[in-house]
Parts: sequence; C-alpha cells; structure tokens
Amino acid sequence: MLAEFLAGDAQSGKVVPPTGFTARLTLFSAFAMAFLTVFALALSLATGRLADRWGAELARTSTVRISAPAGEMAAQTEAVLKVLETTKGVASARALTDEEQRALLEPWFGPDLPVETLPIPRLIEVIETEKGYDADGLRLRLAAEAPGAVLDDHTRWRRPLVRAASRLRLLGWASILLIAATTAAMITLAANAALAANAQVIGVLRLVGARDAYIARAFERRFTLRTLAGAALGTVLGALAIVALPQAQPEGGFLTGLGFRGWHWLWPLIIPPLAALVAFAATRAAARRTLRNMP
Amino acid sequence: MIELENVAYNYGGGELLSDISLRLQPGSFHFLTGPSGAGKTTLLKLCYGALVPTAGQVRLFERDVREMERDDIALMRRRIGVVHQDCQFLDHLSVSDNIALPLMVAGRDLLAESANLKELTNWVGLTERAHALPPELSGGERQRAALARAVIMSPDVLLADEPTGNIDWEMSQRLMRLLIELNRMGKTIMIATHDIALIRAAKSHVQARVLRISNRRVQLAGADL
Repeated sequence: MLAEFLAGDAQSGKVVPPTGFTARLTLFSAFAMAFLTVFALALSLATGRLADRWGAELARTSTVRISAPAGEMAAQTEAVLKVLETTKGVASARALTDEEQRALLEPWFGPDLPVETLPIPRLIEVIETEKGYDADGLRLRLAAEAPGAVLDDHTRWRRPLVRAASRLRLLGWASILLIAATTAAMITLAANAALAANAQVIGVLRLVGARDAYIARAFERRFTLRTLAGAALGTVLGALAIVALPQAQPEGGFLTGLGFRGWHWLWPLIIPPLAALVAFAATRAAARRTLRNMP
Repeated sequence: MIELENVAYNYGGGELLSDISLRLQPGSFHFLTGPSGAGKTTLLKLCYGALVPTAGQVRLFERDVREMERDDIALMRRRIGVVHQDCQFLDHLSVSDNIALPLMVAGRDLLAESANLKELTNWVGLTERAHALPPELSGGERQRAALARAVIMSPDVLLADEPTGNIDWEMSQRLMRLLIELNRMGKTIMIATHDIALIRAAKSHVQARVLRISNRRVQLAGADL
C-alpha cells in the first residue's frame, strides 16, 4: 500500500498545480526539522550511554578509605578486610597495592611519587554482590573495628550524575516529539495555504465528479513526498555534521562524545519515513477538514 | 431522471426560487430562459446537486439530494455533464487533459480511453488544439472543450449554463448543432440561456420545451418561443 502510494497515481498527482511557496516551505521545514532531529537523537543516545555507563560501572563498587598513623595502618587494613569478608553482600574486597595507588595519583603528582613515605590513605576496593550490602550497618562495624576507615559507596555523587544524564536523555526525546509536532504544524499550515490557493481547482474537480478522498489524496501525496525529500536531505546533512564533530578522547574522562555508536547509526534512517508519516497525517487531516467545510 | 417538486431556494435573505416543480424526462430537450438574476444558474445547480433546496425535494435518478452524502453527489456528477459559461478549466493542464479530467477522477485507464478521447476531441473540432493550454483558446474553443469534457463520461443528462454567452453567432450555432446531435443520441439536455434568437433558431432543428423563470417561478414559455 505504501509502495503504491509512493509510486502514486500520476493522474491524481497532476491535477493540483505546483505551487512554489508551499513547496519551498514544506521542503525547508522538513529539511530543518530532520537536521535538528538528528542532533536531538544523538544527544538522547549519548546521554543514554552515559547514564547506563555510570549506572553500571559504579553501582557495584565502593571504596573504604583508611587514614591512620603509619604504625596502625597495617592493623587497621587487616581489620577492615576481616570485617568486609564477613559482611553479607560483599563479593570481594582487596587493598590497592602501592603501584595501583601511585598510578591513581600519577596524573596529578607525576610518575615518581614516593607513596611509601607519604601519609596517603590506604584504599580498599569493595565489589558488591547483586543484592548489595547494608551501608549503614557496615559503617557502624567499621567505626568499631577500624576508627580510621571511611566507607564511600559512591552513591552521593553517582546518583545526581545518573539522574542528570537520564534527565538529559528525556529532554532529547521530548525535543524530538516537539520537533515532530512543529513539523506537523508547519505542514498543516502549508497544506491549508495550498488548499485555499487551489479552491478553484477543487471546485472544478468536484464539478467533474471527483470524490473528496481523491482530491485529498492529490494533496497528501504531494506534501508527503516533499517532506520525505526535505527530511532525507536534512538527515544526511545532520549525520555528516555529527561525523564531523571532534572525537571524544579517552582522557576526556566520563564524556562519551555526542554522536552515534555502532548500530545506533541506523537510528537516523527512520527520520525521513517518520517525517513523511507526520506530513501524511497532517495533510490528510487538513485536507479532510477543509474539504468538509467547503461548499 | 431529474425531478424537482415544490422546490424553493432562498438566497441573500430572500426567496430566489419558489414552488418549482420540474421533471426532465430521458431524451428531452429543455431551454431555460429568463432575465439575468432570475435564478437560471441556481436552478441548474439544484439540478446537479451543487445546491440543496431550502424547501421541497430534488431527486436525482430517484434519490433525494438531502439524503445523499458528498461522495454520492460526486458519483452522481459522473452521470450529469455540466457546461459552465466560464468553462472552469484547470489552466495548468492541456486541453486534452482537461477533457479527460472526468476519466482521471473516476480512476479510468487513460490509455484504454485514448481512442475515445481522440474521437471526442475531433468531434468538437479541437484536434489541432489538444496540447494547447486553456488560456490559449478562443471563447468558442473553450466552450467546445467544456462540452467535450462534460460528455466524455457519456452522461445521461447534460446541463449547460449560458454556453454561448461569450461567443459569436456562428460559433453559437456550431455549439448548438453539437448539443442537438447529443440529444439525438438520447441524451437529456437542458440549456440555460437568455438568448431568445438562439432558442428560436434551435427550435427549427429540435423539439424543445422552453421554460421561463419569472417572479421566482418556472412556467412554460408562450407560443412566441
């Protein structure tokens, strides 16, 4: 049915004269909206990846930081590890080696930091089970066994970040919906203008026995195909602009870069047919309403 | 075929037509005359469902227009050919395409109908002008093209509103000959015109009833017509 529609009825297509103004308006609107949709889509997908990454990577890890005088460090580390071993919900726990701590500090203090001689806290990496542990209970036990130990379950800073990323993703999708609604409104305006400009044509068509569905179809097909063409162009240029964006470097930290990854590149392909569908629905509604109200 | 029973039509706050009863029998030929503004065009519009009467009943092929949906009216138009004084063409289409317009909107295969289209174009003497655009035609050519368009679906009835209004006498006679020929093929014809000379000339070739609109009513014209 879609193929039939796109192949079209050449006869019905030519009964409506080509109108420059509405043609240009439709093409430009579809082009601009598709271009913007590519960016909104890229933003949504990128923030989605970000939220998923932060959620997945940080959700099951936490850190115990031990600050104690040099003489007590080993004993407190031992005590903390024992507490963690017997804590329900902790899958594994291990103290970071001096080399690992040095690697963590290297970006700030350089490669030759004498970790052994400095009063640097000892870090213990804790991996949780799927169910997780009771953070408040663990804190109480650590306070009793190793007063210098502080549990950081990352929740404090992870939650707002994940929430912000999720909100950004939502905003991206809301933008796409707004763009679709704006496209529909503009196509409706253009279709109404075309219908008004062609009132005499519609009168002649009715005089010779055309049904309203036939007349509406002539307009629907024209606006749908114009929108498809404009949206295809906007999508291609939008995708090229995304390709041309600077790549996110690994040193860039948690930013993943605004763009598409892997199969996500297929997402923009649905923009032109979706825009055409919006145009078809908008034109159909406008044409049916106008024709119903015409004497 | 087309029946009007006690029909009235109000326009601009007043009654334009009142208590009109009329029956177009198959194969009949009618002239509708009267002064400008008497309601000839309105009566024709009532006869092809473009207007709905304020009172009374209009039946097209046994169906009351009030009970017809817009699509039913559209389908009915394929059985009633209409020729307007201003012809009403699609100016961006060629004469040939304009003549074929009723076939297009009816979803007919134009290739299959091409012989019929050529024959009809030739019958109205527009073969040479088939690819011209309507604005390039003379008044007479436009009327003949409009007539060809009106009959291409082989309608049962042909209604013509002042078809000779914008053309010279010779061309009027040529158009009338075509209309009389159609009537001889069995088509029902009604022509609205204020041209008394045209009616008198036509009556020597065809048996026609002449109706006159006077004081909002239709009456049979006198012996002078």
